[in-house]
Amino acid sequence: MSVLVYIEPHKGNIKKTSLEAVSYANKLAELISSNVTALAINISDEGLKAIANAGADKILSVNNESLSATNIKALAEVVNSAIKEENATTIIFAADGTGSSVAPYVAAKQKAGIIAGTIDFPIIDGNKLIVQKNVFSGKATALYSVDTAIKIITLTPNSIQISNTKRSPNVISFAPTFDAANGVVLKSFKIDEDIAKGGIPLADAELVVSGGRGLKGPENWGIVEDLAHALGAATACSRPVADADWRPHHEHVGQTGLAIRPNLYIAIGISGAIQHLAGVNGSKTIVVINNDPEAPFFKNADYGILGDAFKVVPKLTEAIKKLRI
Amino acid sequence: MKILVPISQVPDTTAKISFINNDTTFNNAGVTFIINPYDEWYALVRALELKEAGKAEKVTVIHVGPTENEPTIRKALAIGADDAVRIDGDGDSSFVAGQIADYAQKNDYSLILLGKETISYNSAATAGLVAGFLDWNFVPYATKLDVNGNTISLEQEMDGGVNQLSSPLPLVVSAAKGMALQRIPNMRGIMAARTKPLQVVTPSTDFPVYTKVESYTPAKGRTACVMISEDNIDELVDLLHTKAKVI
Ligand SMILES: Cc1cc2nc3c(=O)[nH]c(=O)nc-3n(C[C@H](O)[C@H](O)[C@H](O)COP(=O)(O)OP(=O)(O)OC[C@H]3O[C@@H](n4cnc5c(N)ncnc54)[C@H](O)[C@@H]3O)c2cc1C
Ligand SMILES: Nc1ncnc2c1ncn2[C@@H]1O[C@H](COP(=O)(O)O)[C@@H](O)[C@H]1O
Repeated sequence: MSVLVYIEPHKGNIKKTSLEAVSYANKLAELISSNVTALAINISDEGLKAIANAGADKILSVNNESLSATNIKALAEVVNSAIKEENATTIIFAADGTGSSVAPYVAAKQKAGIIAGTIDFPIIDGNKLIVQKNVFSGKATALYSVDTAIKIITLTPNSIQISNTKRSPNVISFAPTFDAANGVVLKSFKIDEDIAKGGIPLADAELVVSGGRGLKGPENWGIVEDLAHALGAATACSRPVADADWRPHHEHVGQTGLAIRPNLYIAIGISGAIQHLAGVNGSKTIVVINNDPEAPFFKNADYGILGDAFKVVPKLTEAIKKLRI
Repeated sequence: MKILVPISQVPDTTAKISFINNDTTFNNAGVTFIINPYDEWYALVRALELKEAGKAEKVTVIHVGPTENEPTIRKALAIGADDAVRIDGDGDSSFVAGQIADYAQKNDYSLILLGKETISYNSAATAGLVAGFLDWNFVPYATKLDVNGNTISLEQEMDGGVNQLSSPLPLVVSAAKGMALQRIPNMRGIMAARTKPLQVVTPSTDFPVYTKVESYTPAKGRTACVMISEDNIDELVDLLHTKAKVI
């Protein structure tokens, strides 16, 4: 009996969302008097240390370059072997990157009930877990129960704090077999230009600056980028902005784009349509800058500035720079 | 090659969400239902484009749900699917995915193209479950998909960049924005949809329901917005720093 946590292969440093998953597993193990085993796939020594800190009792470390991060089927086989090895009864995945895709694949194989996208620690009720998740694009939450012998939970990014337990787990090298023949092959990876220049991927960002149609055209995005740089924030946009190719599609947030829940979301020249709010209303703090007092976004914000974005945003950037000195 | 497109039915994006029976049941009253946008705009339209390009023989839509959902299925036929299947049952993602996998296997579909997630339950789990039940290759969140004989080429946005991928058939794909452009059904399509085949299938008993919604809680709105003068931006920065503690 143990809680297994999946740490996805990732170029470079270990992802914050993976550490959130370890912290979640750590808390769950405490609640059900169990142990945490982390399944770390192609993770550096430094990454293994971070996993230990976040609360793993044992690490199964898989090092195999032929185990591609895009081959979900092979990754699921590795997780299945680890479940068997550890006699794991609950498996935790971060609901981003490969985690949200490997988790259901494994659930089908294990005949496990899956709850995808929880936002809080579970409640234990005998053999039952009661798990909370967002539904209707953030317009409600639901409590789900699952009582299968093996249970699978994926954790929405930015939902819980990373724990700091400073354990010294055994790191065991783990080499399960998997079939990579006829799998999905990665032909190339093109990194986004902004990210290459040191920009922050939107899905992981704690601070986000977002622009809408109120900015009038792509040539005006400099003020958004300047504010984002001053804060160390990622940039996002509303759907019409991405549809008009003012900004890349992966910046589109909302019901049909990415759903994010950063600590701070600054909406500039965005009206606050219900489909836009669906992707951002999980943000901890929302600031709205708009020149229309009737903009619906003001009803869904914590702080508002009524004014012209072209005047307000540069002033805000200067004020942030003063704070950061 | 035959393509299977699973479609789900969801409340219209502007629908007011409320619950009844002590917050244990979604309140259908007065709610308009639509095809989940990812299924309709991206998965279905891309499947139709492939057929029009001579790269697929047939596009079938499949829905797991009760009789009253048939108007939603007819809409998919009006957009251009050749035929439709309704599995007459209801359940969680594992149940739904099991039914879809079972039907695909028994009826020789080799490409299953789903939406990335429903805008109702936001699980993004069905596609991976279908792939797992079938033991097929799986490409989630695809933004591009093309077919060259037995090889499928795809693009996927991940980790701040774009993956270019290829896979043999059979394959399960979940569609994200970018794969195709929304099509509005025309009058001819709507007329044709009335007579297109819609087969009703009894669910397989091999796939139980594993999870249950115990209760719902409507999201709490934010407390009143604090308005700050544009001449007093320092106050905002101070509040974000010392009160909200987010910067
Ligand atoms: C099924 C469906 C799904 C959808 N999904 C999404 C989604 O995922 N994400 C999304 O964003 N939208 C989505 N939409 C679209 C959504 O309904 C809105 O149309 C969209 O969000 C509006 O974008 P916007 O706020 O940038 O533009 P607008 O609504 O045009 O708002 C522009 C705002 O800028 C303000 N403004 C103008 N000039 C200035 C200035 N100088 N300074 C400050 N403010 C200024 C205006 O007062 C206005 O409030 C969806 C719609 C449908 C039907
Ligand atoms: N009841 C259903 N019938 C057919 N397909 C469904 C059903 N529910 C979900 N799907 C498909 O699975 C995708 C992902 O749904 P979900 O995992 O619930 O977010 C949807 O976009 C549909 O393509």
